[in-house]
Amino acid sequence: MTVQELPGAAAAYRPTPPPAWQPRTDPAPLLPDPEPLRVLGTDAAASADSGLLLRLYAQLVRGRRYNTQATALTKQGRLAVYPSSTGQEACEIAAAMVLEERDWLFPSYRDTLAAVARGLDPVEALTLLRGDWHTGYDPREHRIAPLCTPLATQLPHAVGLAHAARLRGDDVVALAMVGDGGTSEGDFHEALNFAAVWQAPVVFLVQNNGFAISVPLAKQTAAPSLAHKAVGYGMPGRLVDGNDAAAVHQVLGEAVERARRGGGPTLVEAVTYRVDAHTNADDATRYRVEQEVEVWRAHDPIMLLERELTARGLLDEESRRAATEEAEAMAADLRERMNADPVLDPMDLFAHVYTEQTGQLREQAAQLRAELDAAAEAEGEAR
Amino acid sequence: MTTAAVKPATMAQALQRAMRDAMAEDPTVHVMGEDVGTLGGVFRVTDGLAKEFGDDRCTDTPLAEAGILGTAIGMAMYGLRPVVEMQFDAFAYPAFEQLVSHVAKMRNRTRGAMPLPITVRIPYGGGIGGVEHHSDASEAYYMATPGLHILTPATVEDAYGMLRAAIASDDPVVFLEPKRLYWSKSTWSPEAPAAVEPVGRAAVRRPGRSATLITYGPSLPVCLEAAEAATAEGWDLEVVDLRSLVPFDDETVCASVRRTGRAVVVHESNGFGGPGGEIAARVTERCFHHLEAPVLRVAGLDIPYPPPMLEKHHLPGVDRVLDAVARLQWEAES
Repeated sequence: MTVQELPGAAAAYRPTPPPAWQPRTDPAPLLPDPEPLRVLGTDAAASADSGLLLRLYAQLVRGRRYNTQATALTKQGRLAVYPSSTGQEACEIAAAMVLEERDWLFPSYRDTLAAVARGLDPVEALTLLRGDWHTGYDPREHRIAPLCTPLATQLPHAVGLAHAARLRGDDVVALAMVGDGGTSEGDFHEALNFAAVWQAPVVFLVQNNGFAISVPLAKQTAAPSLAHKAVGYGMPGRLVDGNDAAAVHQVLGEAVERARRGGGPTLVEAVTYRVDAHTNADDATRYRVEQEVEVWRAHDPIMLLERELTARGLLDEESRRAATEEAEAMAADLRERMNADPVLDPMDLFAHVYTEQTGQLREQAAQLRAELDAAAEAEGEAR
Repeated sequence: MTTAAVKPATMAQALQRAMRDAMAEDPTVHVMGEDVGTLGGVFRVTDGLAKEFGDDRCTDTPLAEAGILGTAIGMAMYGLRPVVEMQFDAFAYPAFEQLVSHVAKMRNRTRGAMPLPITVRIPYGGGIGGVEHHSDASEAYYMATPGLHILTPATVEDAYGMLRAAIASDDPVVFLEPKRLYWSKSTWSPEAPAAVEPVGRAAVRRPGRSATLITYGPSLPVCLEAAEAATAEGWDLEVVDLRSLVPFDDETVCASVRRTGRAVVVHESNGFGGPGGEIAARVTERCFHHLEAPVLRVAGLDIPYPPPMLEKHHLPGVDRVLDAVARLQWEAES
């Protein structure tokens, strides 16, 4: 039977129109500003809290020293590898400072500095990179998730944790860190989508440092900015100068506050630059020219803050020296403790795979134990 | 209550009941997945849970398996006990990275500080006439990943008891549900559910003296049928249901093989690189002097899962099992 043959088909056929289309959300307030927010060196700086600026300064100086010390430890063979955040300290420090104790930080492998700034012992933060264990700390102690190596895969964890906290009635916020390369991963997309659908109290901080190892952003995305990606999920995107510690602190602080109030997630893109190579094992001269790095050195986060503080008469020689001395003390302590060989127990390999060891693991543990005992005995005889 | 009064229950109902009881007992148990809420799951295994416990306890998630498992990890990090449903075996693959890089490793990488009590329910295997990507026997992928428990029930009673045990476990469990047994029935009573046993033990489903059929999940009914048919040939076959692929119950399996002296491993998963190779090796390493013949395997063919009209040629059937039993070097005995 065709439509024409239907009873009453001869009468004028008027299909019911579909419901009027409506956008699900007004995109305008979600859009990032056309320019990254800057505070230092602008009129806005005048109203910035001077105490906060001084705290940021002390932390940035300490953070830079941490980066140079960790890089030096790779040269001495004390770290297997170190992905430096030199030049990105404003992002690392601000991310740690905007969180309350009850909040959670979800760092990537480049974010040991953020973990240290949140209060984690640098030796514990560097355990992964020294290679004596994977995660050198109890994540619950400082509410810092394990440093995550598979890119962006920790982002859905942050969403789930924040969602669970909200279900339980706790006003906990999760801040998750990822790089520009990580935004291409499927987990980035899924995490942002889940966060927005669930209105989870999460802040996503993308440190756009220009490179995913060697691949520049232009080969990573065709989006107007990484912050624009937020609009597609129905959450606000914010663009900030990632080397302006006051601006990063402000934007992240607002996003955390918004999440805590029940306002849902925010995507923050901090525009910064990876001044060092990807890691100590990388050769950046193969994919970028030194002149480009020089441009960013002239926009160094510590220099920007120092200039502002000096202009406002807030930084005298004494406080500058105090910050440097504190950083040197941290570095000396780190150097000394990292120079001690870690105590390794090979039997730990079997201890934490399951709550209770399986028969297989018990057999393999016994075998390794016997190998170790035999080796110890042989060494004793040789002596 | 007499058994006569008990209405037969299906495996799907027993699984639903297991989640329902776990959710009622423990407010940290959360069910999440695609279509698990209002619809009750495409196999209706989560039927009624959203209505009874609310959308926050039984949640329809966005359609993204990595996101589902990834957010479940975060929820577990905050103290919840998520039960994740993957809609079909082959739809679970997007979550593979979250499973192998995080779920399986979190406890170990944090020296036990952060266990992840997550149950990942995956309907698996063929025999339901499903089109492409709906019938994979994917257990070998998960077995190759240290840090996961891999359970698969083959009876209605086990479906309840093992899922309760999986949810109660502080370790992550991949819970493989043989989808062609979802509608299998038993007089199992939800009013008097079986005791929750610790996971990891195999069960002898049919005692026998001639040879041991080692199997699990969807192939258990095939093996039991084959064992009945084998009596006509004069073979009295023992059938061992593994129930747990990880941990592996060497004790029960090897005790049976030592008694019978012969063994065939039966599963739907591809033979090459499949669980049968591991099982045959373990049995041979431990029972060599008791074996009268090499351990044989009856497995799915080494092909991508076939279209439904051809799947009967792929799946291990009674005849293939009996053929394998016939090849267990009986000549030596006559």
